[in-house]
Amino acid sequence: MSFAQLIGDWHALAVLFVAGVVPNQIWRMLGLWFGGGIDEGSELLVWVRAVATAILAGVIAQIVVEPPGALATVPDVLRYGAVGAGLVVFLLTRRSIFAGVATGEVFMLAGKWWLG
Amino acid sequence: MALPPLDSPQWQSPWRAFAWGLRSITQTILTIVLFVTYLGIGALAHDTHFSLLWALVSTLFVWAGPAQIILITTLGSGATIIQSALAVTVSAIRLFPMVVSVLPLMRTPTTKRRELVFAAHLTAVTLWVECHRFLPLVPRERRIAFVHGLGCGLVSVCLVANTVGYFLAANLTQTLGAAILLLTPLSFLFSTARNSREVADLVALALGIVLYPLAARMNSGLDILVSGVVAGTIAYGVHWWREVRA
Repeated sequence: MSFAQLIGDWHALAVLFVAGVVPNQIWRMLGLWFGGGIDEGSELLVWVRAVATAILAGVIAQIVVEPPGALATVPDVLRYGAVGAGLVVFLLTRRSIFAGVATGEVFMLAGKWWLG
Repeated sequence: MALPPLDSPQWQSPWRAFAWGLRSITQTILTIVLFVTYLGIGALAHDTHFSLLWALVSTLFVWAGPAQIILITTLGSGATIIQSALAVTVSAIRLFPMVVSVLPLMRTPTTKRRELVFAAHLTAVTLWVECHRFLPLVPRERRIAFVHGLGCGLVSVCLVANTVGYFLAANLTQTLGAAILLLTPLSFLFSTARNSREVADLVALALGIVLYPLAARMNSGLDILVSGVVAGTIAYGVHWWREVRA
């Protein structure tokens, strides 16, 4: 791999700035600007936090339902099954993130191996 | 490692507080989760023909895993800059309430807005979760320094992970690549569920997942925003109803 390949071209970096950096920083700076007057326990904040959680939930669902890259090679049933199995173990282990993630991964890998 | 008590002289220096923040990255499983997630982002960047510098710059300046994955996958699959920017903007909306809810934890009556700019930049889901866990254990006047340390530590871990993932990518089989990409939804799902204390948060999480596939059928390009606002508002309704009844 050459040095030039690791650096890439300036056009790609410009796209990153326009489509990646600006769309994220806008929301952070708006939060910084308008968040000042909002009380931590206010009803508005409960709603905003619920919407934020639901949007993140949507991103989670999107990656599983419309998978990117190599994940698209995993059959639907294995992706949904991995999340389901992970969730069951997560709940059984009194909310262990590690146990949930590990179970989901093992389910998917074992399924891939089983299906060949 | 336990943080010193709130009245300890250890907290007198902001640099010490920064160092305690930096060291706190060893106290959470989310650091490992983040490492593996960013390993996946590095690998994904390689597979979609982005440069290593591009991946590192995106981690430094975007600093939001879901947004970075959406950006790489949309641009990689031939979306226009406008389409990618729109999808990323929508995914990034959740940063707004995170910043709004996390900054009051660090603010003192004399804190100026510009002192919070860097903390706002560092705010993403992991930092948001960890702030709610760690900050009650940190004296209020040292919280900004602590968060700067915590954030810089997490960013450094992710830059290393990106680099390792980028170079691993050439050698990973498709199945292992898929396993690394699957880490992102699993880790985000369970870490959010673990940190949901209020019923409203759990309802928002569950409904948000269930409603997204329905919203996606509308194919509006704003699917995540639609399902997020609807699910979040219903979750708030549940919270409100319980408050009224209590």
